[in-house]
Amino acid sequence: MSGESLRRATAAELRAAFQSGAATSRAVTDELFAAIEGEDGVLGAWLHLRQEDARAEADRADARYATARAAGAAALKELPPLLGVPVALKDLVNLTGTPTTAGSRILEGYISPYDATIAARLKEAGAVILGKTNMDEFAMGSSTEFSAYKKTVNPWGIDRVPGGSSGGSSAAVAAFHAPLSIGTDTGGSIRQPASLTGIVGMKPTYGRVSRYGIVAFASSLDQVGPFARTAQDAALLLHAIAGADAHDATSSRSPLDAALLNLPSGDAAASAIRGKRFALPKEYFVAGMEAGVERAVRDAVAALEAAGGIVEEVSLPTTEHALATYYIVAPAEASANLARYDGIRYGASKHGGGDLLNGYLETRGRGFGPEVRRRIMLGTYALSAGYYDAYYVKAQKVRTLIARDFDRIWAAGFDAIVAPTSPQVAWKFGAKMSDPVSMYLADACTLPANMAGLPGVSIPCGLSENLPVGLQLIGKPWSEAELLSISAGYEALTATAAWRAVAPHDLAKLGRGAA
Amino acid sequence: MSDLTRAEVERVAALARLGLTSDELGKLQGDLNLILEQWAHLADVDTSSVPPSAQTIVQAMPLREDTAEQSLPVDDALQNAPARSGDFVRVQAILSEEADG
Repeated sequence: MSGESLRRATAAELRAAFQSGAATSRAVTDELFAAIEGEDGVLGAWLHLRQEDARAEADRADARYATARAAGAAALKELPPLLGVPVALKDLVNLTGTPTTAGSRILEGYISPYDATIAARLKEAGAVILGKTNMDEFAMGSSTEFSAYKKTVNPWGIDRVPGGSSGGSSAAVAAFHAPLSIGTDTGGSIRQPASLTGIVGMKPTYGRVSRYGIVAFASSLDQVGPFARTAQDAALLLHAIAGADAHDATSSRSPLDAALLNLPSGDAAASAIRGKRFALPKEYFVAGMEAGVERAVRDAVAALEAAGGIVEEVSLPTTEHALATYYIVAPAEASANLARYDGIRYGASKHGGGDLLNGYLETRGRGFGPEVRRRIMLGTYALSAGYYDAYYVKAQKVRTLIARDFDRIWAAGFDAIVAPTSPQVAWKFGAKMSDPVSMYLADACTLPANMAGLPGVSIPCGLSENLPVGLQLIGKPWSEAELLSISAGYEALTATAAWRAVAPHDLAKLGRGAA
Repeated sequence: MSDLTRAEVERVAALARLGLTSDELGKLQGDLNLILEQWAHLADVDTSSVPPSAQTIVQAMPLREDTAEQSLPVDDALQNAPARSGDFVRVQAILSEEADG
């Protein structure tokens, strides 16, 4: 393998090539850095690159493959699945010695003194960590336009947003700058950008992946998860990062499904759809949903039905209150979490002049951008004396009702919920920047799963106006392997669909055009 | 619920330790009122017999052995501090000699 085929290979294909000796991790890593160098001026996905460290990690992986090849097939099989496979991290994952900005000026210049648990696990697995990707400041946003650093464009249309908040991670995978990347999802920040850039993105069950070392936004909702171009690759990355962690008391002891490493493929995956029961919630086809999005999603549901899936329309009646509930609970938790940015122990500081209080006010007033300020204000208000019961406690009660809606679906024997991921395809830059509620509505179909802690995945299911549409699958707690198996089945069913042949733009050409 | 007044917005900004300009406060007052107005329907949901949920995936909280573990070395922990004095983060004095009286 060489050149363009290395760059476009999936993680599973890379592993096979590394094992056989058909390709080296170093060659892939060099190829990806060359692509990034040539195109990131247009794409804007990356905030920090680890060229030297990544190449050293690739060389070490290649040496291990060579040793194992000499020792025989058994030794090769024992090597960890992601050995030598390049991965990108959203810039809120602490990785020793690298800047971690969370997209905010208030963390400009901050260098991580330790590894997040998932970063340590990726190192342990022998993955090659290419660098850190752009994001909405503190993961607050749905378009990555709230990054304090740069604009990330959608490879499917450079006048369009890549989704958010993990827009750098989704754009990097969609543009073939990395086969895999890490995102976080508090209200849809993995699934929605995956939908808008035509890739696979999964939010695991709350607690499946450790949050230790991840910059916190809303701690009862935050989850870390994978971006990939296939369901199988997403499963490989999830397997590498998931599992109990003594540093995160909410991380689950629930055993990881070994099926993640052996997802069915091809006909076997497609035939596994037969007999599965899918719930189609009518409330997810919200007012304002684009006709092309609805058409692509309904076509995907029809394809599942044609393959023997049983689809029934259901009602999740509390869905209409989920947006308001989320935008009280998440800002309230954020206002508490972000109290730590005080300019005293780390981060940008405006202390030193006048009195201490003034130092706090200046540090935080200048360090946080507009959306983060808005959410801190909203959250502080919802938690303040006199309003706490009317807003925060009320929202927590409605959260119970949202969770009960989902419980009824699982009690009725459904295997998964099928729904749109985003009511719209990728929109143009600036379209939602003046009205915060219009930006919040972008998460209407994804945030209920966060409120209930459930796993969800977005997979490409077609195009509308030549832009990708995502199908969302939501499952019961700990059913990640089941959701990804169904996803693999859908991929097999639609392997020859005409829309799969349409690719994102060639950014290298666009870059030359612009120059 | 009635609209947030300018004075309330200023009070919340002070609680949140956000030093904002007059223009920024004005813009936030408009944004917060717009958002809260659209969330007003929450008050109509009957939650009289519904307990609040802080978490929805409830798991047993595991205990670990009460043994000391290595924590971050002091130099690593202080590498991002804006000001340092020996093994400590250096902060501004909050008491003056006069105030001590």
